[in-house]
Amino acid sequence: MTKCKNETEKHTNLKRRGFLGAVAALGAGAVVAPGVMLYQTGGAGATADNKVTEFSNGGKAANPNTRWGLLVDTNKCPKDCTVCVSACVEENGLEGKGRPQTDAQWIRKIDIKNPTTGFQTSLPVMCQHCDEPPCVDVCPTGASFKRADGIVLVDKHTCIGCRYCMMACPYKARSFVHETLGNQKPWAPRGKGTVESCTFCVHRVDVGRTPACVEKCSRDAGGAMTFGDINDAGSEISMLLKKLGTQQIRRDLGTNPGVYYQGLST
Amino acid sequence: MKPTVFQKLPLSTGAYYTALFSLAVIAGIGVLSAYYMEENGHWVTGMNNQIVWGLPHVFAVFLIVAASGALNVASLSSVFGRTAYKPLARLSGLVAIALLIGGLTVLVLDLGRPDRLIIAMTEYNFKSIFAWNIFLYTGFIVVTAIYLWMMMERRMNPFISIAGTAAFVWRLALTTGTGLIFGFLIARQAYDAAIMAPMFIAMSFAFGLAIFQLFIVGIFQATDRPLGDYIILRMGRLLRIFIVGQAYFVIVYHLANLYAAEHSGVETFILTSGGTLSQVFWIGQVIIGVVLPLILLFNTKTKTKPLHVSMASIMVIIGGISAMYVVIIGGQSFPLVLFPGMDVSSSFFDGIINTYSPRLPELLLGVGGIAIALLIILVGMRIMDFLPSSLADRDINPHHKPPTVLGPNEK
Repeated sequence: MTKCKNETEKHTNLKRRGFLGAVAALGAGAVVAPGVMLYQTGGAGATADNKVTEFSNGGKAANPNTRWGLLVDTNKCPKDCTVCVSACVEENGLEGKGRPQTDAQWIRKIDIKNPTTGFQTSLPVMCQHCDEPPCVDVCPTGASFKRADGIVLVDKHTCIGCRYCMMACPYKARSFVHETLGNQKPWAPRGKGTVESCTFCVHRVDVGRTPACVEKCSRDAGGAMTFGDINDAGSEISMLLKKLGTQQIRRDLGTNPGVYYQGLST
Repeated sequence: MKPTVFQKLPLSTGAYYTALFSLAVIAGIGVLSAYYMEENGHWVTGMNNQIVWGLPHVFAVFLIVAASGALNVASLSSVFGRTAYKPLARLSGLVAIALLIGGLTVLVLDLGRPDRLIIAMTEYNFKSIFAWNIFLYTGFIVVTAIYLWMMMERRMNPFISIAGTAAFVWRLALTTGTGLIFGFLIARQAYDAAIMAPMFIAMSFAFGLAIFQLFIVGIFQATDRPLGDYIILRMGRLLRIFIVGQAYFVIVYHLANLYAAEHSGVETFILTSGGTLSQVFWIGQVIIGVVLPLILLFNTKTKTKPLHVSMASIMVIIGGISAMYVVIIGGQSFPLVLFPGMDVSSSFFDGIINTYSPRLPELLLGVGGIAIALLIILVGMRIMDFLPSSLADRDINPHHKPPTVLGPNEK
């Protein structure tokens, strides 16, 4: 684990140097505090229209001692409830074109049924923010990256749209932007020809809020989602994970997702 | 045997520019198709969030795999000492470079952001097999170009063997890298198999030789120069070994999938329940790509005719494109298994077989890549001495004996 963190920090430092170099080269002259990276702001700092110093978290670096995670209690997640999905669409401006095959889905509800026992359940699936993300491994340019606090993102500036990460993701969590999109949210820039996925609402997390899906589920639905730092033994999510029998999707692949599910035993 | 004389492409100016113009038009249509796809976004193609790599990748990977195989003829001469192939070694290098550039062009033009090619060449994630391949591809062009230089510059001839060996090792690494683009993908049932690397190498031997053999027949006929049966039949004997080689790896790959219950779903899909895909596998890859050419090349009545070698080569190429289609499209058509053993459904097409209908721009882009490869070959042959003046048996067969003319008293 320590090794993983060290590697993450090393990667982070490399990206930081690259970013600072790019800023200097452009002659932007912006004074960036040590430890500040472009991608640490999630969407807000990454938009070309915004100044690079406009960090939603006040310029703090992602904390390498944190591992953001999500616990979903499928017992509280009815089959026909899609509150989390609509919250994500609204929050991130995931405007579709009415073309299901090519429209992006950052989070979807999957209904599963055990054909032997007849057991059925329903659960939301999004980017699992893996500790060993295959999408990050395969990305040729490093556009797919994992922050020091475990959130997996796509740098829209360096994504070349090769879609290799989509081939590599075991969770079908990523979407390719197939056409020009309008009405974008400043904190969630989307570009035709690049790949995107759930950001854990990094723009909210960085200012101490929870992802939109978690907030909406808690407010308008069964409160099936718990978000927090799974490295913090005192956090609610850590205590629940310690107490409950939970599962990660395709744990056998060794990706160590940051999203856990309760009630999935079939 | 006489020393080989190499010449520039002797076509008349009119014929040369007609060929050049025709290929440029096809290549241009391919580039325009790519522009259409980029301008509108990929929704105008048959690709989607389920089938993310489509027909352009089928063409691109086929050309890249065939490129490394096309270099085999040169390797046989420089590395394995088969002197009969020496007159063809230069052309082999040229065709290899051209096919690779054609394939890479298709790959790049199918990117979501081809305008960001410079990023792909300046920002590297060295854990990515894709990034390794960028070096393997560009390195292959450089190494093969140096190899050509050693062959074509008389004072550098002593280094042919070293350069040839380096190019041979590099081409093995390149095809290994191409196979592992798929082999390293743990997510998909059809991939995640190290055998894909040697399988791609075996395929490259067959595809590359088939293309090269047809090219030799075509260019020698077009330029009206002597081409004996010896070299073509020899290529036929080599081709049948390569076909058997690739068939072996394909059989082992599918047997392994059949054996493991975990992979039986995707295997059943490709072998029996895949509809068009199963047909492409059995008719295209197996029957046309392997069975029929092997019959032609092993049957004592047919294996001695150069025409049948060319027919076998055409079949191997059809089989090769089919094989790439099955690997690339088939591997994505089968749904990701998020919950093994469960029935799943969602609004994002989980748990169902994904369908793919390629659209015209994708096909035109792929064909454009072939035209680009041919353009490079044509221009290369026009400006440098690539073409051997003769491949007549008497000129290249070390054991050639002129036919004896019997005198009136000799019976």
